[in-house]
Amino acid sequence: MAVDETLASLSNQLVYSAMLVYTGALGAYAVDLSSRGGSRRGESAVAEPALVAADGSPLPGASSPAASRPGVSRLGAGPQPEVAPAAERSRAGGIAVALTWLAFALHLGGVVARGASAGRAPWGNMYEFAVSGAVVVTGVFLVVLSRRDIRYLGTFVVGPVLLTLGLAVAVLYTRASQLVPALQSFWLVIHVSVAFVASALFTLAFSTTVLQLVQERRELGRSAGREQRRGRFMDAMPSSVDLERSSYRLHVVAFPLWTFTVMAGAIWAEAAWGRYWNWDPKEVWSFVIWVVYASYLHARATRGWDGRRSAYLALAGYACILFNFLVVNIFFVGLHSYSGV
Amino acid sequence: MVDTLLPETARPEPIRQPGLGPVGWLRWAWRQLTSMRVALLLLMLLAVAAVPGSVFPQRRIDPGAVTAYLSEHPSTGPWLDRLGAFDVYSSPWFAAVYLLLFVSLVGCVVPRARQHWRNARSAPPRTPRRLDRLPVHATAVLDGVDETAALDAARTALRRRRFRLADHGSSVAAEKGHSAETGNVAFHLALLGLLVSIAAGSLFSYSGQAIVVEGERFANVWPRYNSFQAGRQVDPGDLPPFTMTLDSLSVVFDETTQGNQFGAPRSFDGRLTVVDEPGAAPRAARLRVNSPLDVDGTRVFLVGNGYAPVVTVRDGEGQVAASGPVPFLARDARYTSVGVVKVPDAAPRQIGLSGLFLPTAFVDPRLGPVSIFPDAKDPRLYLTAWVSRPGEDGLGLDSGVPQSVYVLETEDMVQLRGSDGEPLRLLLSPGATVDLPGGAGSVTFDGVKRYAALDIRYDPSKVWVLGFALLSLAGLTTSLFVRRRRLWARVSRDDEGRTVVEVAGLARGDDAGLGPLVAEVLQDVKTPSATGSTTPKE
Repeated sequence: MAVDETLASLSNQLVYSAMLVYTGALGAYAVDLSSRGGSRRGESAVAEPALVAADGSPLPGASSPAASRPGVSRLGAGPQPEVAPAAERSRAGGIAVALTWLAFALHLGGVVARGASAGRAPWGNMYEFAVSGAVVVTGVFLVVLSRRDIRYLGTFVVGPVLLTLGLAVAVLYTRASQLVPALQSFWLVIHVSVAFVASALFTLAFSTTVLQLVQERRELGRSAGREQRRGRFMDAMPSSVDLERSSYRLHVVAFPLWTFTVMAGAIWAEAAWGRYWNWDPKEVWSFVIWVVYASYLHARATRGWDGRRSAYLALAGYACILFNFLVVNIFFVGLHSYSGV
Repeated sequence: MVDTLLPETARPEPIRQPGLGPVGWLRWAWRQLTSMRVALLLLMLLAVAAVPGSVFPQRRIDPGAVTAYLSEHPSTGPWLDRLGAFDVYSSPWFAAVYLLLFVSLVGCVVPRARQHWRNARSAPPRTPRRLDRLPVHATAVLDGVDETAALDAARTALRRRRFRLADHGSSVAAEKGHSAETGNVAFHLALLGLLVSIAAGSLFSYSGQAIVVEGERFANVWPRYNSFQAGRQVDPGDLPPFTMTLDSLSVVFDETTQGNQFGAPRSFDGRLTVVDEPGAAPRAARLRVNSPLDVDGTRVFLVGNGYAPVVTVRDGEGQVAASGPVPFLARDARYTSVGVVKVPDAAPRQIGLSGLFLPTAFVDPRLGPVSIFPDAKDPRLYLTAWVSRPGEDGLGLDSGVPQSVYVLETEDMVQLRGSDGEPLRLLLSPGATVDLPGGAGSVTFDGVKRYAALDIRYDPSKVWVLGFALLSLAGLTTSLFVRRRRLWARVSRDDEGRTVVEVAGLARGDDAGLGPLVAEVLQDVKTPSATGSTTPKE
């Protein structure tokens, strides 16, 4: 089947447009963050975080002694903490979210057009994998955003997405074409789409973990009596304990999905090559990623390894994901080397 | 460790530590190994230990790359080899890491499973005296409802949420979420099952690689394989006796897309005639990538393909000494292929040919002859020729020393030279015949056939591996998403004689949903009419 060139070029234009809108969204998120930091200037303690504000819905019948106890509100049992309405807090935040939705729509259109131009799943080479993976990151972010106010993460999600798209367009670009025989399988849809969602969640979790470590550093500095001048926008963010908890929840969803990705890959490998596991470089690194995140989950339950140390393991896991996509695909020879850079 | 726990006053004199003794040391080592901290270190070590296998070429995947690496790195290569860098996943140190990890896992999980078995069968624990000290706690005053009715309502509300209940007088204790620990134990035991299945599979499985040219028949007997690996429990003389004929292999390459996708393969499609066992009726089958042939559990995979130029060699006496397709190995994505033709039966002098097959030939001024497209658009053979001394076995095929069919041993051969004294280069297009100098014979390039590179595998453990993998995924998901929770409800009477209901909850780890749950249960107790109609089935 021939490739529909009109659709293929439409896809490119949509991706370019999406990048433009993402840039706008990134700016708006940055303004939102800085204004949050500004509005909190002068307060010494970190206020009740927005994350929990969205989570802890007002509860009928929750008694007042319980709510007044510290720690209860973190579990969501307490009454709504005092948080200014979103509109008052920042107009930029609203603009940022609207722009993200617009960019997401354009981006998704680009991905769909790309797939339609060749009549197949739009992730047959590294360019397509990067573009489709990025749209899933935005999608997952928007889904979580509709349930919790995680706009503070916006900069740290849209930034990497924009970076990925830039890399895809500038370095990885490949013309739309049919698939090589090895990829002509329904497992491509199952294996890769779940890998996307898992990677997207790991990306969000990574951003959260970085913020957690920065926040923790600030908190430690503050408790040691040093005033935290730099990065005032961090004042508007949840406490490091809450960021850690969010990061854990994201990891906990991502990890079984990654497990499934590896298993689906093994089943596909059996059908394609006759061996469900052959220690191909890509398989090695998928395994390494799995083990590192498994270590993270164990570390979190091990005394002396929780908190900061387990956060470092989570960062190491994400570094392995990046390595697996960028370095292994391009520089390591293996059975996954059909990606067509 | 013990003395640090004692208060200062309880240590009038230094305590003499008793010697551990061999049993004590073993017990100490076991305790260390099964500790979470060591398990965590081993897990991290496993990740690190797996990495070299992706950096260095591995013998079991690509032995040729290992040989090339060793010749390129004569000083470091042998040391890396001794350290097992080219056989990482079968090296002793890698095995040590994962075996220690699994021993640690067993030592950790088995006592945990036993404990869990006891916990899951015991009744929910008794109600704490001070419910308001629990992390989540809520109370409500119910005017005009007697205590029994309130406690009943609490029981109903909890049972409706699938809690296990235990009555403790004026209070009820409820517990839920043991399946989280069940999942945790199942996950870890499934990993163990996975490892055992893989190990057992290596005993009962076999695999082999074979090249089948279009029109050829393949019989599943081990001498027919180019390479063959079998587990200890496999008798290579007793393989399933099926045969298959490769009727055709059609290949499509991309001729329309510009850029790096030009010439990329789009379809490999083999047509087979299969006879499942002697005497069975032949059946037609297709063989494609991602769609293997299955003959009663033995699976045939299409893992590669290439060209087999059909060559006829006449010897010095004018007799046809060899004729037929000779598989050449593709060296790049454009199928620039290398191969040799050995003619031991040529008389008086044996003939050996070595060179390139180019499906779409192009002579690059810098690189020399290369193929510029993978399909056979304009095929050419470029060969150099060697002969033995008259009457001698220069090819060495009768020497008993095994040799590769893709390498020409030229030690005892003489290279043929042209009239200018330079090594002779034969250039053949399909149908052409070239005479060898000195009356050594002639070479004819009759045409081109394709061959299929097949991987034939039998592994009875696969279904077990899959089963344990799925069990581990189910266990993992359960352990991560099921919440273990304990709830208590107590009714009492306040000073004014009104019924007071207290509900409190305790969860293992962070549990954002516990607060809302306690509130919901309390709400159900306050308005029992809402729940009364939906009394659960026992």
